[in-house]
Amino acid sequence: MSAQSGKRRPYLRPISGWWKRDPYFIRYLAMEATSILIALYALILLFGLLRLSQGEAAYNGWLETLQSPLSVGLHVLLLLVFGYHSYSWFKIMPKTLPAIHWRGAKVPQPVITRIGVAAAVVLNLLVIAGLAGVQP
Amino acid sequence: MSDDNKTIEMEVLRYRPEQDREPFFQTYEVPFEDDWSVLQGLQYIKDDLDSSLSFRWSCRMAICGSCGMMIDGVPKLGCRTFLRNYHSGKLRVEALEHFPIERDLVIVVDDFMEKLARIKPYLIPKQVRKLEQGEYLQTPGQLEQYRQFSTCINCMLCYAACPQYGLNSGFTGPGILALMHRYNADSRDGGRDQRMELGHSDEGVWGCAAVAYCSEVCPKEVDPANAINQNKMGSAIDYFLRFVRPRGATG
Repeated sequence: MSAQSGKRRPYLRPISGWWKRDPYFIRYLAMEATSILIALYALILLFGLLRLSQGEAAYNGWLETLQSPLSVGLHVLLLLVFGYHSYSWFKIMPKTLPAIHWRGAKVPQPVITRIGVAAAVVLNLLVIAGLAGVQP
Repeated sequence: MSDDNKTIEMEVLRYRPEQDREPFFQTYEVPFEDDWSVLQGLQYIKDDLDSSLSFRWSCRMAICGSCGMMIDGVPKLGCRTFLRNYHSGKLRVEALEHFPIERDLVIVVDDFMEKLARIKPYLIPKQVRKLEQGEYLQTPGQLEQYRQFSTCINCMLCYAACPQYGLNSGFTGPGILALMHRYNADSRDGGRDQRMELGHSDEGVWGCAAVAYCSEVCPKEVDPANAINQNKMGSAIDYFLRFVRPRGATG
């Protein structure tokens, strides 16, 4: 008997506003939204590359713009966004991997996340240290 | 220890297709004891307050997967959720999200059952053994590759948790894709190619946007998000291998 026959009248509830139903979904959407701001920052850096190709004066102009209060504020915001994005990336990482075993036991997913975050922090510090080394 | 005077307000989503245009909430005052589950609360309503209330249940011990429902907006099994944890407030009980409601808390499961059959949820032996050749043997390590994914009880909480399924019911969905992985990952099985035609598609693993709420709500810690997303890797490898594999080669 199909769902439409007889007295059956299945009711499908609308899904609109699904993301408001649970804070989990809001965190998920926030995580997805961070990638938009990361794309924006990639564009800012690409624009810098373009200015570099146009000569020293153009490049210095770009650097100067980056030092404006508005730009510094944007960078602080973007730093926070990058932090959350990186964390969320490593949080989902164990979901994409087959189970990893270490000395006969399954490595718990939060451990994989923490290793990823730690690796990101160490690499970033190395890059910052490296950049500090080449500063005039 | 019981407290004889405790009661809780249970707001239950009602829908009686022969008389209601759409679902509505009906509130019941339910006296309860500390060891009462939400399912027991519903049984009290049906036995003592309103015999017209419909809901599914069977085992009362989180193994049959029948009593999945939204409890205060979260997909849970009624039998392993306790009224005491909601005491001093109201408790809202609804049919599982994303499924058509048949009546009250009973959902239409036809879509799930049809999709379940589609992934061939059974062993397709790699090499068929004759009876006299004995069992299909497997090491504990090989068992460990899929054991977690084999504990699914088909309760469909993960479907109610999955906005991708809610937005597009063409998506095969978390529980069934986890079962697909369970059989593919079994050392005795040789049916991966037959299953992955669906698995590789948008209805399969690529329909998942890695919200991963399915794994949060799973009462059996199957972790469907893990089963699906590790298959994206396998699916992508299969895709690129097509370009380097000699024509006509398989596997």
